[in-house]
Amino acid sequence: MSENKLNIKAEAKNLNFFYANGTKALKNVSLPVYENKITALIGPSGCGKSTFLRCFNRMHDLYPGNRYEGQILLHPDNTNVLGKGVDPIEVRMRISMVFQKPNPFPKSIYENVAYGLRVRGERSKSAVDDKVEEALKGASLWNEVKSRLQDLAFNLSGGQQQRLCIARALATDPEIMLFDEPTSALDPIATVNIEELMSGLKNKLSILVVTHNMQQAARISDYTAYMYLGEMIEFDATDKIFTNPSRKETEDYITGKFG
Amino acid sequence: MAITPLQDPPISKRLAKNIKRNFIERIIEIILLFAALAATFITLGIVYILVTEASGFFKEVSVIEFLTSRQWSPLFEDAHYGILPLVSGTLTTSFVALMIAIPIGTIAAIYLSEFASHKTREAVKPILELLVGVPTVVFGYFTLLFVTPLLQKLNPDLPTFNMLGAGIVMGVMIIPYIASVAEDAMRAVPMHMREGSYAMGATKFQTAIRVVTPAATSGIIAAYILGISRAVGETMVVAIAAGQQPSFTFNPLEGAATITAYIVQVAMGDLPHGSLGYQSIFAAGMVLFILTFLFNILGHMARKRFAERY
Amino acid sequence: MVKDKMDSEFSLIKPKTLNEVRAMIRKHKRNDFIFSSIGLLTIIFALLTLLILFVDLVMDGYPKLNYEFFTDFPSRRAAHAGILSAWVGSSLIMLVTFITAVPMGVAAGVYLEEYAPKNWFTDIIEINVTNLSGVPSIIYGLLALGLFVYTFHLGQTIVTAGLTLGLLMLPIVIVSTREAIRSIPIAIREAAYAVGATKWQVVLHHVIQYSFGGILTGIIIGMARALGETAPIITVGALTFIAFLPPAPISSSAPFISFEWLQSGFTVLPIQMFSWLSRPEHAFHINAAAAGVVIIMLTLLMNGTAIWLRYRIRKNIKW
Repeated sequence: MSENKLNIKAEAKNLNFFYANGTKALKNVSLPVYENKITALIGPSGCGKSTFLRCFNRMHDLYPGNRYEGQILLHPDNTNVLGKGVDPIEVRMRISMVFQKPNPFPKSIYENVAYGLRVRGERSKSAVDDKVEEALKGASLWNEVKSRLQDLAFNLSGGQQQRLCIARALATDPEIMLFDEPTSALDPIATVNIEELMSGLKNKLSILVVTHNMQQAARISDYTAYMYLGEMIEFDATDKIFTNPSRKETEDYITGKFG
Repeated sequence: MAITPLQDPPISKRLAKNIKRNFIERIIEIILLFAALAATFITLGIVYILVTEASGFFKEVSVIEFLTSRQWSPLFEDAHYGILPLVSGTLTTSFVALMIAIPIGTIAAIYLSEFASHKTREAVKPILELLVGVPTVVFGYFTLLFVTPLLQKLNPDLPTFNMLGAGIVMGVMIIPYIASVAEDAMRAVPMHMREGSYAMGATKFQTAIRVVTPAATSGIIAAYILGISRAVGETMVVAIAAGQQPSFTFNPLEGAATITAYIVQVAMGDLPHGSLGYQSIFAAGMVLFILTFLFNILGHMARKRFAERY
Repeated sequence: MVKDKMDSEFSLIKPKTLNEVRAMIRKHKRNDFIFSSIGLLTIIFALLTLLILFVDLVMDGYPKLNYEFFTDFPSRRAAHAGILSAWVGSSLIMLVTFITAVPMGVAAGVYLEEYAPKNWFTDIIEINVTNLSGVPSIIYGLLALGLFVYTFHLGQTIVTAGLTLGLLMLPIVIVSTREAIRSIPIAIREAAYAVGATKWQVVLHHVIQYSFGGILTGIIIGMARALGETAPIITVGALTFIAFLPPAPISSSAPFISFEWLQSGFTVLPIQMFSWLSRPEHAFHINAAAAGVVIIMLTLLMNGTAIWLRYRIRKNIKW
């Protein structure tokens, strides 16, 4: 592990979240996301890790009635992602997301990756071409698809589709990438590919990943946070969490006493 | 962990709400809203015109006479304005139609949903849809010049214009509606319900009748209501083949005019705007509108009562 | 002792021998077979009717199905009567119907699925759409006569007829637009938003594009219905003896496009058929049959296309 200066890219501060029906899904969660590091969120089903992740790019705004309390600050400009004057569209242009089940658009491979650029008004074909190639390379997919960019994305395998979704998210040069259980729908070989990809990506941006798979968290992340029933129980360097956790709840989960 | 200041951070220019973009989004939303409101305006328009003209009608004609008299002859010298003959015509033809459409449609639906092979179903459903698309004036032709002569071979006393032929063809016309909606409802019953039945040694027929059909009651009722609405509102078949003479009778072997046929007859003539005869079609139309509206409400209530809970 | 007691308590349920069970199963299976046969017969009955109807029309109208039929105006002499004014009228009216129903219907469907909040206001709109689907077409005819022809002074013209049929078609377009949009998985929508698209961008670039096929299917079915409907426009001045054509929309001199045709009197194919059918002379019945063949072929073609289109869409899109 490099000994560079540790910067905070984003941090959640006293985040509470309420679903439309009144359920309090997140209770006073605070968490730093370090720059150029991979931070993993682990915990049993229903502990709120996906809910927490989706606060970062304001996904909850799509469904009326949800309510945030607290802050998520983006650095270096110190902007509160959840602030009233802040446009969710802009947030999503800075923070992108890869979903659990690969969800490419029913368009060509090229168009899938280019879409984010089109939405930003990018017109120059050569600029888009370059960006698409760069993104596909960044997602380790370029060599497999460079000769068939106009093919339908649906014709790719599951693992390739997920890498395509990563390329789509990369094309817009995000500062943070959110991964919501990115490999849970993939076979073991595809999983390894994605994990290697993520390890490489952290040099360019910061990553927050939710995973059901503790071993995966141990494999790829630098920092890990354990959540339970909507609360942040413990946050620390991955090594420490998995070898010598401070809280008993964390230890119980890690050793499989429940889960 | 770094310590950050406690006051509210300033809003970065890039992340501040893009006023122009939001404005355009709102405008688009409002345009779309107006399009959606069109449906409401249509209903309002219908209600407005029916009520306006009918109230003009009821200034001259008493409601009592309208609802109880058994003679409808608004265009004669000695005019009578009882709606009952038209209602009896509508009800008789609809009754005949539904006597055919409901049993056949239901059986066809059960067959398609529970017995037919996948290939058969895929082949038959489109053809049923094509049947739905046949224009009613064509069915009218068919009734007058094919079905009625056929019936007359069996019963030579049958008049050329009679409610039986029209009712039969109307029934055949409605079969695909009922079959299609009922079949959809039955297909929606989850497999695990059927599996429970089969696991106990039941046959297809037993499962279909005892498990699937009761489970799909709500959808089947919707299908029947659809059929009733179609029958009551049908115009061309009855205008062509059931007769143009209003007559208070429930005997299908006679000819009679329905509410819809009367409206067509008057509209084809030359009635001056604002005359009582002109207004009479709106009064008749209002009765029709109320009838179909009531059926829809009944259907809605019945559906709620039998709503699927699986 | 216990066994005796149990036997006497449950004496109503006699344990069946294997043979008895097999006989019962055979009986049940026979019922299966009987019902299955009846079911098949009903299907065949429905299909057969369609066939007989079509054959009857063709056989009756065959003598008149020639080129002149399509290029002659209606006439008092049955032998010379044709459907020229009718099919031209139908075509022009369908144009107005399309322009009325499609933009409004798709926009309304998009609004209801993508923008409408879940409140009483939206409920009212939805109830209206559902209710309108069940309104008899003759009521639309009354609406046209009372409101459009007289109150709005649009007269008994092509524009009135097209408008009325457009309103008739509107619920069909709205419902099929909504169903097509509903079949798009949420995951695709979220992916589009996650990349930073605005609501309208998601609707325009994704929702409408992916539901386009379903919407088109609904439009074709609606147009086929509008083509074959008589009741809504028969009240709008059923001028059944039209021996003229509406003014042409395109002229060779400036300004090249005219809208005079909108205000012209008209007739359409179903009304022409109805009018011929109402005459007692047998010769006119032949004309009616021929017109019927034309109408039924057109509607079968359009509905068939819509069904084929829906089939193709289901095959291609694998969400």
